[in-house]
Amino acid sequence: MTEFIVQTLNGLTLAGIIFLVSSGFTLVFGVMRVTNLAHGAVYLLGGYVAYSVIGGKSGNFFYGLIAGTAAMAVLGLLIERLLLPWLKHVEMAELLATLGLVYVIDDLSLAIWGGNPLNFNLPGVLGESSVLPFRHIVYPNERFFILGVAVVVGVGLWLMLRYTRIGAIIRAGVDDRNMVMALGINVRLVFTGVFVLGAALAGFAGVLGVPVLGLYTGGDTNILLFALAVVVVGGLGSYEGAVIGSLIIGLIDTYGTAYFPAVAYTVLFIPLVVILLVRPQGILGRKAMA
Amino acid sequence: MIEVEDVHTYRGLNYVLQGVDLTIPDQQCTVLLGRNGMGKTTLVETVMGLLRPRTGNVRLDGREVAGRPSYEVARHGVALVPQGRHIFRSLSVEENLTLGARPPLEGHTGTTWTLDMVYELFPNLGDRRKNGGGQLSGGEQQMLAIGRALMTNPRLLLMDEPSEGLAPVIVDRVGDIVAQLRGEGLGVFLVEQNYALAVRSADTVNILASGTVVWRGTPAELDAAPDVRETHLGV
Repeated sequence: MTEFIVQTLNGLTLAGIIFLVSSGFTLVFGVMRVTNLAHGAVYLLGGYVAYSVIGGKSGNFFYGLIAGTAAMAVLGLLIERLLLPWLKHVEMAELLATLGLVYVIDDLSLAIWGGNPLNFNLPGVLGESSVLPFRHIVYPNERFFILGVAVVVGVGLWLMLRYTRIGAIIRAGVDDRNMVMALGINVRLVFTGVFVLGAALAGFAGVLGVPVLGLYTGGDTNILLFALAVVVVGGLGSYEGAVIGSLIIGLIDTYGTAYFPAVAYTVLFIPLVVILLVRPQGILGRKAMA
Repeated sequence: MIEVEDVHTYRGLNYVLQGVDLTIPDQQCTVLLGRNGMGKTTLVETVMGLLRPRTGNVRLDGREVAGRPSYEVARHGVALVPQGRHIFRSLSVEENLTLGARPPLEGHTGTTWTLDMVYELFPNLGDRRKNGGGQLSGGEQQMLAIGRALMTNPRLLLMDEPSEGLAPVIVDRVGDIVAQLRGEGLGVFLVEQNYALAVRSADTVNILASGTVVWRGTPAELDAAPDVRETHLGV
């Protein structure tokens, strides 16, 4: 039972990180119809930038968090303004170009930061562990912190989407972006904003994820796989779907790794297969997307 | 006023509009009739800036807008009630209406539309203002699409098959609304397959067949030309 509680907490922490990545991924697809395969690479690069800014044990984690997030927002802006217009909304070109970007970012990271796994931890009390009031479970504070931050960001984004004008434009854009334009709204600016937001979220998650998942070349492929699994399960383009999908994928992957380590990767694909058979558009996805 | 001049538009590889000439004057109801697949919606989307014509001109009050993004066309006073209504399902009724709300352009005459006035015109929408856009009936969705367009305070309203899929009594209501809006000085471009509704509303009728305007005249003239109706409309 104690083991199960710990694994559940681990699963929720992982779900939090996955959510930060996949919410941006799903919003970018929903509004722009761009499947950004470089989203995981942006996550990884955010972590590396933070590692350099923090620069060792004495450095300040929060400077790294800010730097990693800001740098990836700028990278997102560059991709959206310089790379995407070049591809003229040709789906295959977008897939291949963003996949190519993954190799570029991976190799550059390898050249700059090397192939050894890196790590940093949260400072002060956040880097310590607490004893939970029940069953005397010892659990690291940083994981509670990461989970809490993911929840706060998730709720904040939801409030933004639900109650602000820009949120209404984004939701309407997911429904029908041509109609949004026909109402006199410059969707180009909204596209740029959403893409930058998505990249910033990926960078943010990339920094927060390091104490849990580590920092290594190839980590981006794992996180992209999670994000893809989340949007299949939750429904591509649906924000609430990303919440549900992240919880399912985060928990199942954690339980799978803990209890069925020999087939952990297979376990991850079970919810995918079930969803694709029962409800191919995803739990909260729409059947036909305009 | 919108002037469409020798417009050729492709949809993917399909050569749909093959040299369309058309004038949509202010403060009148201009009707476009034609059978399915003749390019009516393609013409509307070209005028609105949602499709880019391969060649040809679309002028809005003398200003060239062909190939300009549709938000610019909209900001110059053109609003769209699209075929299939395209209500934002993730937005409430009220959010659908306020999303594109804009004050009228300078020199605007006639009604200045506000949320209250749209609810006055369509009391059903007021009752369901908190409902999701996807929860409305077909007729209510059509009213919402019209209200959403009016909230941008346009000078010209493009309506693409507003009677499609509606019960006859609602189609009559759409006709009343078109008459009312035109009476208030709004220019209306009505694309229809419903012959009765089109003829009832029109100042001028254009018939589109195989990507060009093949006939133009008044409703009375069309009524007196059974061969034209037979050939191009099947009525």
